[in-house]
Amino acid sequence: MIPLDDYLILGAILFALAVMGLFINRKNLVVLLMCVELILLAVNINFVAFSRYLMNREGQVFVFFVLTVAAAESAIGLALLVVVFRHRQSINVQDLDQLKG
Amino acid sequence: MASLALWVVLAPLLAALVTGLAGIHLGRRLTHALTIICVLASCILAFLMLLQVLAGARLDAPVYTWMVSGGIPFQIGFLVDPLSALLALVVTFVSLAVHVYSIGYMADDPGDVRFFGYISLFTFAMLLLVLANNFLQLFIGWEGVGLVSYLLIGFWFEKPTATAAALKAFLVNRIGDLGFILGIAMVFRYAGSLSYATFFARVPDLAGMTVALGFGWHVQVLTLMGLLLFVGAMGKSAQIPLHVWLPDSMEGPTPISALIHAATMVTAGVYLVARLSPLYIHAPEALSVILVIGSLTAFFMGILGIVATDIKRVIAYSTLSQLGYMMAGLGATAFAAGIFHLVTHAFFKALLFLGAGSVILAMHHEQDMRKMGGLRKYLPVTYATFLVGALALVAFPGFSGYFSKDALIDAVGQSPVPGAAFAHVLLLLSVFVTALYTFRMLFMVFHGPERMDAHTREHLHERPWVVTLPLVLLALPALAVGWILFHPLLGGSFFGTALATPAGINPLASFAHLSAWRFFLDAWDAPSFYLMLAGLAVAAYGYLWRPEWPGRLVARIRPLYGLLVQGYYFDAVYLHLGAAGSVLLGRRLWKWGDEQAIDGVGVNGTASRIGWLGTLVRKLQTGFLYQYAFTMVAALVVLVFWALVRY
Amino acid sequence: MNPAGWIKEGVFWVFGTILVVSAFRVITVRHPVHAALFLVLCFFNTAVLWILSGAEFLGIILILIYVGAVLVLLLFVVMMLDVEIEKLREGFVRYAPVGAVVGLILVLELVYVFWAHALGFHGLAAPVPVTAGHDNTRALGTLLYRRDLYPFELAGMILLVGLIAAILLTLRRRTGIQSQNPGDQVRVQARHRIRLVSPKPPRRGAPT
Repeated sequence: MIPLDDYLILGAILFALAVMGLFINRKNLVVLLMCVELILLAVNINFVAFSRYLMNREGQVFVFFVLTVAAAESAIGLALLVVVFRHRQSINVQDLDQLKG
Repeated sequence: MASLALWVVLAPLLAALVTGLAGIHLGRRLTHALTIICVLASCILAFLMLLQVLAGARLDAPVYTWMVSGGIPFQIGFLVDPLSALLALVVTFVSLAVHVYSIGYMADDPGDVRFFGYISLFTFAMLLLVLANNFLQLFIGWEGVGLVSYLLIGFWFEKPTATAAALKAFLVNRIGDLGFILGIAMVFRYAGSLSYATFFARVPDLAGMTVALGFGWHVQVLTLMGLLLFVGAMGKSAQIPLHVWLPDSMEGPTPISALIHAATMVTAGVYLVARLSPLYIHAPEALSVILVIGSLTAFFMGILGIVATDIKRVIAYSTLSQLGYMMAGLGATAFAAGIFHLVTHAFFKALLFLGAGSVILAMHHEQDMRKMGGLRKYLPVTYATFLVGALALVAFPGFSGYFSKDALIDAVGQSPVPGAAFAHVLLLLSVFVTALYTFRMLFMVFHGPERMDAHTREHLHERPWVVTLPLVLLALPALAVGWILFHPLLGGSFFGTALATPAGINPLASFAHLSAWRFFLDAWDAPSFYLMLAGLAVAAYGYLWRPEWPGRLVARIRPLYGLLVQGYYFDAVYLHLGAAGSVLLGRRLWKWGDEQAIDGVGVNGTASRIGWLGTLVRKLQTGFLYQYAFTMVAALVVLVFWALVRY
Repeated sequence: MNPAGWIKEGVFWVFGTILVVSAFRVITVRHPVHAALFLVLCFFNTAVLWILSGAEFLGIILILIYVGAVLVLLLFVVMMLDVEIEKLREGFVRYAPVGAVVGLILVLELVYVFWAHALGFHGLAAPVPVTAGHDNTRALGTLLYRRDLYPFELAGMILLVGLIAAILLTLRRRTGIQSQNPGDQVRVQARHRIRLVSPKPPRRGAPT
């Protein structure tokens, strides 16, 4: 039987990789979006694992909703990406500093 | 019965709503017709209701639940018993007379549609008050009549004095209402309900319970409750020291003075105390206070009537004085006598006011009695009816005022409540005072030399039937109602359990088997009759035979006269202590509290601090997403670390 | 340990390893298209792991919906945009150590949380093996359509809002291109096309 810890460590590694991705790909908006997807995936792995080991389906319901929201989020994120690219001919995050105070 | 009560109340509301919302478009005649038909319907229904009550029917039921909060229902409900049914009839009848009269009185006033809307609204609020079966609805009606009173005192809003008087009435009533609402809160606190029935059932349990007021001072719950509620009654019924608004309220149109400031609204306080008689018989200290304040009001306000020269003010002071009588009667636990006097007073005082209004109309809105005189031959109907009202007011045997007032004085004399002897003396003296100012007014206005100018004299004539009919309509009950109601009301058969009877000596016990005729014949035995005759004699001497004598007397007692003309300086004291203090406080709050604390620190200070903070924080806003992301992740790392250390 | 346990553990290790490696590739490959493809691989592996732990419904929708729709959309967008890759790679090496350190700290912290009994999960009793006749998908559906019906409907609304927002953001009206408007074509009437006029003949002798 696979221990719960293995799942959790797997999730942690995935999460950490995604966070590292956010750092080292700090310019490429597309990859940043992918990293966000990875983070959510890591969280979902934890949810599923807990759901299995606690004999409780709440976790799976949660994953379901997380997937829903993630889908909406990536759809809007990509739409924003397209709009940004249309305006600036670039998806370089460095160019997006209009939020500066 | 419930629907009957509902329609008694709703008919004037309907009229008020239609008139208020659409009166401008309906025109005068239609609004007059509508309001009068509605009030007439209400009056007839109230009469039917009284008949049903006489047949033994009672009603104490909610008709509508406003809300349920914390398990406590807040309801609109009606209590129809002899007390409320009788007063509902009086209110609607006087209101009807005033409605008809106002057609003539307000004929050339541009705001008369508004006026009719107001008086219908007033009738509604007053009926709501009278027929309430709980304190909440009582309070709604109470504030409703107060509001309309304010609106109508300031009806001629172009006159600064009128708006000032309206404001004064409103403010003074606020003081009373503060006590009133505290009293209601106490009722709610100790009875757990706002319904009369529940409260009255709890009263015997509350007797003897005390409440701490702080500083180790304990007071009986019922006494404090009764006093607080009486403060409300003092405001509304203009008892010393909250009486100052009533004389000024005469700035309003005269029909209003008749309806609101004589017959109905000002008696709401009397009604309140009578309605709460089951409470007051368990609060003897409160009763003593009521008794003393009532008798003081009756005597000292009556005296002011002697020096007033404005015809409406004389009647206003007499109203104050009579309200004092009623309160004194209630305080002496002769609740039925107080209510009896309320009823007769409603008729004859409304009659006097409407008669005065007729005089004022004929005199082209001249209210100074020194410019009248000899009007008897120009205004015969007004004179006759005014005379009836005056005789009723001075309690001339046979007129309605005699039965109620002399019975009341008698009852006070027999009352065991502490202070009754003192009150009895004051009330007897007031009889003399009442007769003096009443006949002084009568003689100055209708007898003696004609002091008006020639132009006015040419136009002196009786007004159309809409003015005289209500006078006659009110003169009849002013004559007869005492004969009819004397035995049923004072004998106790009419009110039954609606008014509580004191546990010990009942001051009205001697009236149980006394017929009106017997009481009439006994008039010659009572000292009040001779005091009244003395007042008549003095007035006749000073104002018919020796007109120069009052002026000489005034010159002799100049300081006293000044005191009286200034109304014992109540206004001046309030102005300098209360109002000036408030102004000072207000200025402090404005200069320091508002401009410096709130504006300086609060409003502008907040803005400038935030601006300063913003200039700092804006440096953090680089606009680069990855920096934000880094911050978030770093924060996450720190948070997890903190969690690890913590747990 | 019985053979089934061996097989399960082996599957977990194989696919877990591929998952970690492909996730690592997602963040390190040069071209975004490759990154997206590695991401797809990640999701496939995750789906396998989920099915392994009894969440077969979620595993399947992860592939069908997420990989099939969302990631394909991502791939589309990446391929459609004309991205200068080299510029986006600037600073990659410079930031890599920082990222690695932060990531390592994060992993250590999280693992410590799990192992230090801090949250009470460690050594949780092994779950009851799934028996025949147990239907996870049905149970999940029962939950979603009964108890969580309103949140479920709300999720639908969120998707709808996301849909509208995405369309609205990317919609643009181009000028200068020819296009058809089917609505106008359907509603057209004869009088919009032909106008009958009756010209008056020029009067005789009028100046021409």
